[in-house]
Amino acid sequence: MKKIGSVAAAAAVALTFSVQSHSATLDTVKERGYLQCGVSTGLPGFSNPDDKGNWQGLDVDVCRAVAAAALGDASKVKYVPLNAKERFTALQSGEIDMLSRNTTWTLTRDTTLGLNFTGVSYYDGQGFMVSKKLGVSSALELDGATVCIQAGTTTELNLADYFRQNNMTYQPVVFDTSDQTVQGFEAGRCDVLTSDQSQLYALRIKLADPSSAMVLPEVISKEPLGPSVRQGDDQWFNLVKWSLFAAVTAEEMGLTSANVDQMKNSDNPDVKRFTGAEGDFGKALGVNNDWAYQIVKQVGNYGEIFERNVGANTPLGIARGLNALWSKGGLQYAPPMR
Amino acid sequence: MSSEAKKPQAHSTMPNNKPLFWNDPEKRALFFQALLILAVGGAIWIIVDNTLANLEQRGITTGFDFLSKPAGFGILQSLIEYNEQESYGRTFIVGLLNTLLVSGIGIALATLLGFVIGVARLSHNWLISRLALVYIEIFRNIPLLLQIFFWYFAVLRALPNAKQSLSIGESVFLNIRGLYIPSPVFEAGSSIILIALITGVIASFFVSRWAHKRQDDTGQIFPTTWVNLGLIVGLPVIAFFISGSPVSLEYPELKGFNFRGGITVIPEFLALLVALSIYTAAFIAEIVRSGIQSVHHGQTEAAHALGLPHGRTLKLVIIPQAMRVIIPPLTSQYLNLTKNSSLATAIGYPDLVSVFAGTTLNQTGQAVEIIFITMAVYLLISLLISVFMNWYNKRMSLVER
Repeated sequence: MKKIGSVAAAAAVALTFSVQSHSATLDTVKERGYLQCGVSTGLPGFSNPDDKGNWQGLDVDVCRAVAAAALGDASKVKYVPLNAKERFTALQSGEIDMLSRNTTWTLTRDTTLGLNFTGVSYYDGQGFMVSKKLGVSSALELDGATVCIQAGTTTELNLADYFRQNNMTYQPVVFDTSDQTVQGFEAGRCDVLTSDQSQLYALRIKLADPSSAMVLPEVISKEPLGPSVRQGDDQWFNLVKWSLFAAVTAEEMGLTSANVDQMKNSDNPDVKRFTGAEGDFGKALGVNNDWAYQIVKQVGNYGEIFERNVGANTPLGIARGLNALWSKGGLQYAPPMR
Repeated sequence: MSSEAKKPQAHSTMPNNKPLFWNDPEKRALFFQALLILAVGGAIWIIVDNTLANLEQRGITTGFDFLSKPAGFGILQSLIEYNEQESYGRTFIVGLLNTLLVSGIGIALATLLGFVIGVARLSHNWLISRLALVYIEIFRNIPLLLQIFFWYFAVLRALPNAKQSLSIGESVFLNIRGLYIPSPVFEAGSSIILIALITGVIASFFVSRWAHKRQDDTGQIFPTTWVNLGLIVGLPVIAFFISGSPVSLEYPELKGFNFRGGITVIPEFLALLVALSIYTAAFIAEIVRSGIQSVHHGQTEAAHALGLPHGRTLKLVIIPQAMRVIIPPLTSQYLNLTKNSSLATAIGYPDLVSVFAGTTLNQTGQAVEIIFITMAVYLLISLLISVFMNWYNKRMSLVER
């Protein structure tokens, strides 16, 4: 099935005539009336369908924010679930308008894949999950272990580097989806499950007995996860980039989905510019001037998005940590909106 | 025909009488064929050129330079030396060899199993023929992918973990991580065994020739099979003991997380091999049955009337004729099995599609080149199998005198 997907994508690249790639993504999205957004095949907290089949999660909310900015309606998104191997070809071939799927921003991906990362929606790092029965307390004790891993990820490369650096051997068992890696880990096919730490927490909930496994303290890499778009369409690149910045800026200014209507009428010039009551930011981006207001009203600010999907009161229970605002000791920072 | 038609014109005295080229069917055909070639060539050129232009415009790297760049990821099973510093080109070889391994062993097992079941299907024993029928109908009618999942997730995932492995005499271990068997270690002086084996093979070749000639001359039959078996197996065994048993076994041992030493057969390989063999064997069994049934019963009766015993009737009369019917469809089953091995990616067996068209494609992003190489490789493997089977078919075909 995956093979057919890749072949189709390769054929799509081969047969799409140059004319089409000139057309602006924003115009296409507006004409179509909805956004096609690539997400994961199911990762709780980031992109996962709920029991009614509605997609939810931090990555999903980034898609919704872009839809709110571009179309004025956060619900007008068609989610395309992709596994790690399919994601870039799907974006390259134009099957999706943007990719928002816990994808690490690296130099190689930025330069050779024909895509651009628009920012960082979640600062992450790679970790290891082991069964408590194993009696291991550090990743340095994993010499000779069998490791379950998802195909086509930066994780595969970091793992190889880490074991080589520490003169340890390992056996990689590579699966196509994260669900399969969890199944393999649970059945005992491998001793260790490795992935980005946020994913490990998410995947741990999927275990029959989550308390039987633990995440080791070592973080072996930097994994800045963010949305990406095709290269060569700066207008669309700008809009996706600033949709995320708008959510962060809203948190800085204290705007939430609950108070944005009230604050809209305030005299604060920053808020006025933000909500579109003053200035022409929307026009510059090619959308309505109230684009940022729509993001906050319909999706919420970055803090709300984080807490709703992965925060302390969710099953994942992840602390803000690196993802707190810069003013609160984290890394989330947006350039000034002016 | 057309050269006949031209003749009267050649004799014509009027040079102007030569037809214009669009009135000459031969030239006209040539013209249209050239036109077609131009159109097809042009279409291919447009597609290739357009692809390159699109890739460049989208900032996607093209070309085959990536093959020499370091891969940086590990592979579970490799028949050749491989580590993370090797190139992407090396990952291609590793994947290809893994594909060939599972296809080669799969073809051998499926053929063996298929012939046994096919013959059992024709057995006069009601129970045996019904069991064969049930086997064929079950495995032929369930999609292969489901069968692979069945063997991998339902059967092999139910095995115990490394510490509670099933074992045979503390030398063969089976657990969820795979099958661990002792590996032979060849010490100094073990080359004499190899020499004995080669001598045995060569000697048995000459014995066969001599026995054939003797039968032609005197009509006496020599028990070639048993003598040859004795030569090929017996000589190395004698050499082994004379030279003081220079081959020892390395036993797998539980160290840390896993067994180390010996040979490890990973469960992904086992599941894929079993599923492919059993699925294809069901088709081969039907082919064998139809092949044997295609030989008229009169042939058997005629052979018996000549005084041939049952075994020789089968070997000299029935099977050579049945093979002619069996080989062509057998070829397509071999091709199917090889191509079906690409389903490996579903359970994480590191074959060509999983390693090269999977991880390598994703790390480099060069979908067009990698998919092209992968398709070309499968085409090449299929063509090679066809060439071999066609050669074999020609050898087995009826020699008309």
